[in-house]
Amino acid sequence: MDRSDIAKLAHLARIEISDATVDDVARSITDVLKLVDQLQSADTQGIAPMAHPLDAVQRLRADQVTEADVREAYQAIAPATEDGLYLVPKVID
Amino acid sequence: MQWETVIGLEVHVQLATKTKIFSGASTAFGAAPNTQACAIDLAMPGTLPVPNGEAFRFAVMFGLAIDAEIGTRSMFERKNYFYPDLPKGYQTTQLEAPIVGAGHVEIQLADGSSKSIRIHHAHLEEDAGKSLHEDFHGMSGIDLNRAGTPLIEIVSEPDMRNAEEAVAFARKLHSIVTSLGICDGDMSQGSMRFDVNISVRPKGQEEFGTRTETKNLNSFKFMEDAIKLEVERQIDLIEDGGKVIQETRLYNGDTRTARSMRSKEEANDYRYFPCPDLLPVIIDEDYIEAIRQDLPELPDARQHRFAKEYGLSEYDAGLIAADAATAHFFEECAKACGDAKLSANWIMGDLAAKLNAAELTIQQSPVSGALLAGLIARIKDNTISNKIAKQVFEAMFNGEGDADAIIEAKGLKQMSDTGELEKIIDEVIAANPAMVEDWLSSEEDKRKKKMGGFMGPIMKATKGQANPGMANQLLEKKLREKL
Repeated sequence: MDRSDIAKLAHLARIEISDATVDDVARSITDVLKLVDQLQSADTQGIAPMAHPLDAVQRLRADQVTEADVREAYQAIAPATEDGLYLVPKVID
Repeated sequence: MQWETVIGLEVHVQLATKTKIFSGASTAFGAAPNTQACAIDLAMPGTLPVPNGEAFRFAVMFGLAIDAEIGTRSMFERKNYFYPDLPKGYQTTQLEAPIVGAGHVEIQLADGSSKSIRIHHAHLEEDAGKSLHEDFHGMSGIDLNRAGTPLIEIVSEPDMRNAEEAVAFARKLHSIVTSLGICDGDMSQGSMRFDVNISVRPKGQEEFGTRTETKNLNSFKFMEDAIKLEVERQIDLIEDGGKVIQETRLYNGDTRTARSMRSKEEANDYRYFPCPDLLPVIIDEDYIEAIRQDLPELPDARQHRFAKEYGLSEYDAGLIAADAATAHFFEECAKACGDAKLSANWIMGDLAAKLNAAELTIQQSPVSGALLAGLIARIKDNTISNKIAKQVFEAMFNGEGDADAIIEAKGLKQMSDTGELEKIIDEVIAANPAMVEDWLSSEEDKRKKKMGGFMGPIMKATKGQANPGMANQLLEKKLREKL
């Protein structure tokens, strides 16, 4: 992990990592990856991948409307709304 | 150089469930903004998604319809990206173990040939909300009613070679999902959206060229247009010594132009990982078998049945059978009037043209199958000619009543009274001596055709109400008397 990897990850995750801490973060993440490397050296031939740590099966829901309109409550805590819409800084691709 | 186009499609189909894929909020279209966005859809902390069983049933129906392997143990992943209409910061989707595996869809082409298009897989996922970029004081408005609407994304193999094949494939998918009743098929509301991957390569070359993806096409016409445009752009670019770069493009149907949206290699790093909130979904063979038993009639089977049961050509049967609502309309009409061929012609001809012009679906048609059958019955029993029938149809479409009432009210009954018709034919013969002379001096085998010249004036004099067969017969008799 070098500084440019960290910069890219930080950008993708939309978090700010200051120049002063980049080297520290790079070192920590490299340590975590070493651990992953160690795990990967285990022989997993013939073992089914584990999708979830819980040994259980997903329950499905019936297709019935159970949620009421509570827009007012949610919009009361939003920074900006208008005409029922949530307003956000302008984004255009 | 000869170029070959290679096309693959990713198709998003909104499932016609009552509620969202992970929450019990309604998916009904047209509600006021954000009134159908609950805590789960808004990604409030502490919420937990619970999948909608109906979405799985619909996905399995689709899988069975395309002869695919069904994923008996499917899983959900998170696809991470930031956009304000995706409050969670990730889309819950399927990657490693989708619900529908490899299958295939048969398409028919205009030249009568057919082709099998392979489906790579189809997976369940959630739709995003909508961003409105109109001016809200320099901000964007977000409506999350659509967020969490269940989708299946159908991914084809790059098996199509031109726009015609791609459109035929898209239409066939539309036909399948609407016949299954798992999607309302309303493209104007975004119920089906197409992403088209396009590349070109020199004919004969094995290796694919670099592809671009044109996103979010929501009509067959736009799709055809966007493909032609992009193929031309790529060929021009390469022939001018340039290189196609892998990118996402946006097509604008109003200006019929496309532009680059973003370069793919940089932006798209989705960092998929298994969703810890959702366990594997297990579907057993009994469940799949029960769905298979209940599967509605599919377009191909319906086409063959229409050809066999109603004596339609395979081509006509294919057109009528493609859309479930049209097929239902046809059966209602054909059974009521007893003439399948005429029913099919009217539905594909005048009715389709009228609906198209009025921007109505066949379900919204002011003329029902039974009403159209009433009109066809009057053509068959010679009460009205085909020409007058068009006039009656127009009036029916405008809500002026059934065929009998309109014929009566407008006095459109065909003139089958021999005496009256004879009088008019005599007048036409008397008024056109040159035409009569020409007919008399013609060779016998030319005479039949030359009689056509008299029909115009006869129809004009009877305001189109002459029975054409009868008029023809009388005319010939009268001309022969002059020989």
